Amino acid sequence: MSNSTETKQALLASPLIRQYGGIVISLIILCLVFSSISPRFLAFNNFMNIMQQVAVIAVAAYGMTYVILLGDIDLSVGSIIAVAGMVAAQAFSMGFGFAPTVLITLAAGAIMGGLNGVLSAKLMLPSFIVTVATMGIYRGAVSLPTNGAPASIENETWLAIGSESWLGLPIIIWIVIALFAINHIVLSRTIFGRRAYLAGGNREAAIYSGIRVDRLKIIIFMISGVMAAISGILLSSRLSSAQTNAGMGYELDAIAAVVLGGTSLAGGVGTMVGTILGALIIGVINNGMNMLAVPYFYQLIFKGIVILFAVWLDVRSKSMRA
Amino acid sequence: MAVSSNAPVLEIKDVAKTFGPVTALKRMNLSVRPGRVHTLLGENGAGKSTLMKILVGLFQPTSGSIMLRGEPYAPKNPIEAKALGLSIVFQELSLCRNLSVAENILATHEPNRFGFINERDLNAQAAQIVQDLGLPVNVRTKVGDLSIAQRQLVEIAKGLSRPADVVILDEPTSSLSDSEAEILFTIIERLKAKGTAIIYISHRMEEIMRISDDITVIRDGSFVATTEKQNTSIEGLIALMVGREMKDIYPPRLVERPSSAVPPVLAVENLSETGKFENVSLDVRPGEVVGLFGLIGSGRSDVMKALFGFGQPAGTIRLNGVPVHLRSPADAIRHGIAFVTENRKEEGLVLQHSVERNINMVALGQLAGQFGFTRPARERAAAKTEVLRLAIKTASIDTPAGSLSGGNQQKIVIAKWLQTRPKILILDEPTRGVDVGAKFEIYRIIRELAAAGTAILMVSSELPEVLGLSDRLVIMHDKRVAKTLDAQGLSPETVMTYAAGIHQ
Repeated sequence: MSNSTETKQALLASPLIRQYGGIVISLIILCLVFSSISPRFLAFNNFMNIMQQVAVIAVAAYGMTYVILLGDIDLSVGSIIAVAGMVAAQAFSMGFGFAPTVLITLAAGAIMGGLNGVLSAKLMLPSFIVTVATMGIYRGAVSLPTNGAPASIENETWLAIGSESWLGLPIIIWIVIALFAINHIVLSRTIFGRRAYLAGGNREAAIYSGIRVDRLKIIIFMISGVMAAISGILLSSRLSSAQTNAGMGYELDAIAAVVLGGTSLAGGVGTMVGTILGALIIGVINNGMNMLAVPYFYQLIFKGIVILFAVWLDVRSKSMRA
Repeated sequence: MAVSSNAPVLEIKDVAKTFGPVTALKRMNLSVRPGRVHTLLGENGAGKSTLMKILVGLFQPTSGSIMLRGEPYAPKNPIEAKALGLSIVFQELSLCRNLSVAENILATHEPNRFGFINERDLNAQAAQIVQDLGLPVNVRTKVGDLSIAQRQLVEIAKGLSRPADVVILDEPTSSLSDSEAEILFTIIERLKAKGTAIIYISHRMEEIMRISDDITVIRDGSFVATTEKQNTSIEGLIALMVGREMKDIYPPRLVERPSSAVPPVLAVENLSETGKFENVSLDVRPGEVVGLFGLIGSGRSDVMKALFGFGQPAGTIRLNGVPVHLRSPADAIRHGIAFVTENRKEEGLVLQHSVERNINMVALGQLAGQFGFTRPARERAAAKTEVLRLAIKTASIDTPAGSLSGGNQQKIVIAKWLQTRPKILILDEPTRGVDVGAKFEIYRIIRELAAAGTAILMVSSELPEVLGLSDRLVIMHDKRVAKTLDAQGLSPETVMTYAAGIHQ
């Protein structure tokens, strides 16, 4: 008996509303504002649009969530997105089929992310510095095979990812949902996820508790690299090509999505649910302003203000709880 | 000074403090006279910290009055309190590790001109303060490079950097070795001679009886009694503090100590690590409590870390007779070793995480199901069992660990290690900064574990505690084992002579 009442209480008092209240309110306000200006905003088709635009950032933000949870940062994801597209284009031109190319692309992401992790963990360099450096290195590496020219991709299965639907939903949205489910479960229901929280919350205590923090860090950066590579697959599929400047600045959108979602930059606190909500806010802002034909530079200013506002709301609700 | 020596310099009358529905202080009375050490004694949670925060202006009292030198006293912040002549030395270190000793001591009143700090004056003034206090510290050293004990001494220097009528010392000796505590007691004598009133907070009964003039006991947010030291005893004070008689602070052994014929579960032979310790040999039998005693710097902490997989010491560690290589804490844990670390906030807990998460921190893998999935129901049940078993006082297992009192936090650290069912339990200062009630319970837990066959290696800088609990004592001096003795009937003086290196 006590158990069932307890679960009920836990559900009622479950800090869901408190935890995501600020960000959900921000999301609703944004939707109301945009739909009052443009009736097309609320159309189902436009929602699909937003989701598709959000996809690339959301998937990269999943990986970024682990990294920030650990108290680290990964600035190289935008560059990894571009490298992934280029690796795929090269693999196809060498005659590989769809499945091998996907594996090669994911492996490239794991290697680039793993390099970030190894450099940071084993050389004890701050991840900020390591990934500032590899951001440049990877971005430069994109141009190596083609001397800076874009490379087109013609594999039909690959292109279908960004253009076809399944059961009425674009495939790209299925991928975003499936990856959300996987990452959410990994983070909230596995030993690995719990260790990420512990090591991010107090590194020393985690080490004394027998958690191999260095190894954990390398794995987490590898996950971030793999997620960025998947983003790269989605983006190159939609663009039908690998562009050398693809994903430029996406690392900042991914970080913004994670932080908007309530993950603490100090580490130890955060969720995947928050991250997908954060990514949605960024997508809604981008889409709404494009629809209103707001010039790009105004979009930047507005987006910055919304991020400040949402994070302020979040911090305020948390300090009121404490 | 206008005030005569008998009139109180600080008088607190019927002060109460409530936070919404929560009462932190019910009725507090305290009268502090100049040139005297007035000890404030109470269990954690009795209201000492609230009172201190009121005195330094972090909280405003809900009712009651405070008079300083006969005038109403109501500071709005610590800086104002300091300007009015009331200084506090915090128990929790409030130093910036990235700055030098001098920069920390003179923080907020650096010698400056138009905001530019005069580096030379800064160092000279700080050096003067440090020298006056007799502290063995170079003021140009970065605080981060100092030992915890040295930092505490710097903290004291910071609190005393301006002349004050009332100085509050909040558990100043909790991280000091005996010799460093002596430095502090000399400082206190000097302050008394100058007519400064000292409010002293400590859990160490021996030192309270040594340095106090007056003692006020508080319990549950209320004043209980004030007495002069000569009119009371340790037993009397403890009874007042916990509201009941406490016959023997060290509970008796539950079963016979293991005979010397029992083979040791942990045997260390000639363990050495350059610069840290040399030729350390010791052993612990199942069910035995072995105390490791040494002054700060004797190498005892490094020995324990080596037994927990840190560093690469030369020599042999045998578990049940089999030599092992402990490469990491994970390795040590797999071999059945548990390590209750000294600093629960730094090395023990994730303060913002729940009690449950903290308790299950180490045993996570053992509690998990297949494919690395956690099992929430099993985790919750395990955490609840530990909360009951160790009598951890918490609203629920979902409460953040950081909001619990020191004693209960310490019990969580112990609980997270008991979850692994260790064969060997290493305890580093298990009762540091813990109140008397919680101390007694931790002693009881140690006894129960030993009775269940756990081999226990305990480090403490509180000699009575080591003597009261241990079966045998390994005494370290200058990075070597000076002597291993049977604890039965051992006098503190004998132990100290070995620890201080007088006996060879």
